[in-house]
Amino acid sequence: MKDTFVRYSPLLIVAIAWELAPRLGLVSDALLPPFSLILYDGASLFKTNEIYRHAASSLFRAFSGLGIAILFGVTAGTLMAFYKPVRVILGPIVQMFYPMPKSALIPVMIIWLGIGSESKIVLIFLGCMLPVVISSFNGARGVDQIYLWSARSLGASDREIIWEVILPAAMPTILNGIRTSLAICFVLLVSSELLISTEGLGYLIGVLGENGVYPTMFAVIFIVIAMGFFADRLYLTVSRRVLAWLD
Amino acid sequence: MSAKNISIESVSHTYHPNKGQPVFALDNISLEVREHEFMALLGPSGCGKSTLLYMIGGFLPVESGVIKVGDAPVTEPHPDRGIVFQHFALFPWKTVLDNVLYGLEKTRVPRTERRERAQYYIDMVQLTGFENSFPSQLSGGMKQRAAIARTLAVDPDILLMDEPFGALDAQTRTLMQDELRTIMGKSPKTVIFVTHDVQEAVRLADRVAVMSRRPGRMKEIVDLPASRDPNFTRSAEFLEMVEYLWGLIRDEAADAQTEH
Repeated sequence: MKDTFVRYSPLLIVAIAWELAPRLGLVSDALLPPFSLILYDGASLFKTNEIYRHAASSLFRAFSGLGIAILFGVTAGTLMAFYKPVRVILGPIVQMFYPMPKSALIPVMIIWLGIGSESKIVLIFLGCMLPVVISSFNGARGVDQIYLWSARSLGASDREIIWEVILPAAMPTILNGIRTSLAICFVLLVSSELLISTEGLGYLIGVLGENGVYPTMFAVIFIVIAMGFFADRLYLTVSRRVLAWLD
Repeated sequence: MSAKNISIESVSHTYHPNKGQPVFALDNISLEVREHEFMALLGPSGCGKSTLLYMIGGFLPVESGVIKVGDAPVTEPHPDRGIVFQHFALFPWKTVLDNVLYGLEKTRVPRTERRERAQYYIDMVQLTGFENSFPSQLSGGMKQRAAIARTLAVDPDILLMDEPFGALDAQTRTLMQDELRTIMGKSPKTVIFVTHDVQEAVRLADRVAVMSRRPGRMKEIVDLPASRDPNFTRSAEFLEMVEYLWGLIRDEAADAQTEH
C-alpha cells in the first residue's frame, strides 16, 4: 500500500501544479479549471444515472469489439502459422493494413453502419484485430518443434496439439499483443464516439466541451483515463496469473 | 520374440534446408536392434545420428530405405516409441505432475489409474515432493528426470534418447547414467541412445553402433560385455573398450573438426 503511494506520488505533483496554475493566474481558469473544481463538479456527475449509462455503453462497445478481435485474431494468426495457403492469402492484407491509422475508417463505418454501437464495435474490432493476429502468428510460429514432437509421441492428435501445446506455448506472445489492443480499443472508442454518437463517454466529453462545461468535461476525461488504467492493471494481474509458469 | 526388433534397412537421408545446399546426412545405414537391447549410436557431431533417431521415432520421413518395428514400417510417431530429448522438452506451462499425466491422458489410461501411475514414475526418478513445481523451478538434472518419467509413464516398448545427458554437468551426468541403468534393470526396454560421449556409450550400452562423419555411414558395431559388475567402469576391460571406440571415431572427429 505504501509502495503504491510512493510509486504514484509524482501524480500528486501534477495535481498540485494543476491546482496552482489557474489559481495563480498563470493560465486562464476557463481553459484549465483548477483541479479541485474538476473533482467537485465531477462528483455531481454521479448523482444521476446518466454517467453510468454512458459508461456502460462505452464499456460494452470497447469489450465487444476487443473480444471479437481476440477470437478472430488468435484463430487467424494460428492458422497463418501452420497453413501456408492461409498465410499466402492473409499475409499481404495484414501487412498492408497494420500501419494504417484505423481512425481513418470512422467515417466509413458511420456511412455503412450508422451512428449507433455497431459502427464503433466494428471499428474497434478492425483496429484491435491486427496486433492480435501478428502476435498469435509469431507466437505459434515460435513454438519449439520438440514440444510438438513430444506431444505427438505421447499420443496427442493434431487438434489436441493446437489446443494443448501450441496455444499455451504461444500464450506469452499472444497476451502481449492483446495488451496493445486493449490500449488501442480505448483510443478508437473515444475518438469514434467523439465524432458522432448519441451516447458513450466520448459523446459526453464532446457535448460538455461544446457547451463550455469544462470542469465536468475534464472530469469525464479523468473517468476515461481511470478506466483505461484499471483495465490495463487488471489485465496485467490476470496475465501474470496465467503465465505463472514463466520463471 | 523377434516381433519387436527394430530393423533399419538401407536408409539414406538428404536434408533440404530452406536456404542453401541440400545436405547428404545419412548414407545407406543398416542396423538391427534386438528386443530389450541397449544400443548406443556413437559418432562425431553432425554425423546424422540424431537424424536417424528422429526417423526411427517417425518424426522425419523415411524417403529411402525402410525402418521397421517388428513387421510394421515406421510412418509416424507412436506412444510405443517414447523419446527423450537433450533439451528436456517438458511443457513449461505444466507442472511436473501434469507433464507426466499428459501422456497418460493421451494414451487413455483409465482416470483412476493415472494419478497413481504418474506418482510411481515421479518417485522412480526421485522427484517426490516436486510434483507441483514448474520446469522453470527445477535444475537441469531434475528437468531431465521429469522428462524421463513422462516418457516412461506411457510404458513404451522402445525408448529413444537423443543425447539426454548432454546438457548436464559431469557429476549429474554420471549419476543419471547410473539411474538409467537401474531403471532399465527394473523394466527392460529396447533403448536407442544417441551420444558422442565414448565413455557414456561404454557405461550404458550392450552394443555400440559407430557412425562415420557426414554423410553418416555405419562404421562398425561393437559388442560390449553382457554382465556388468559395479566396478566395470574402473576395470581394464572398460578402458580397453573406451580406447578401442576412441580409435574408431578419433579420425572421424578430427576430420569433422577441420570441416567446421
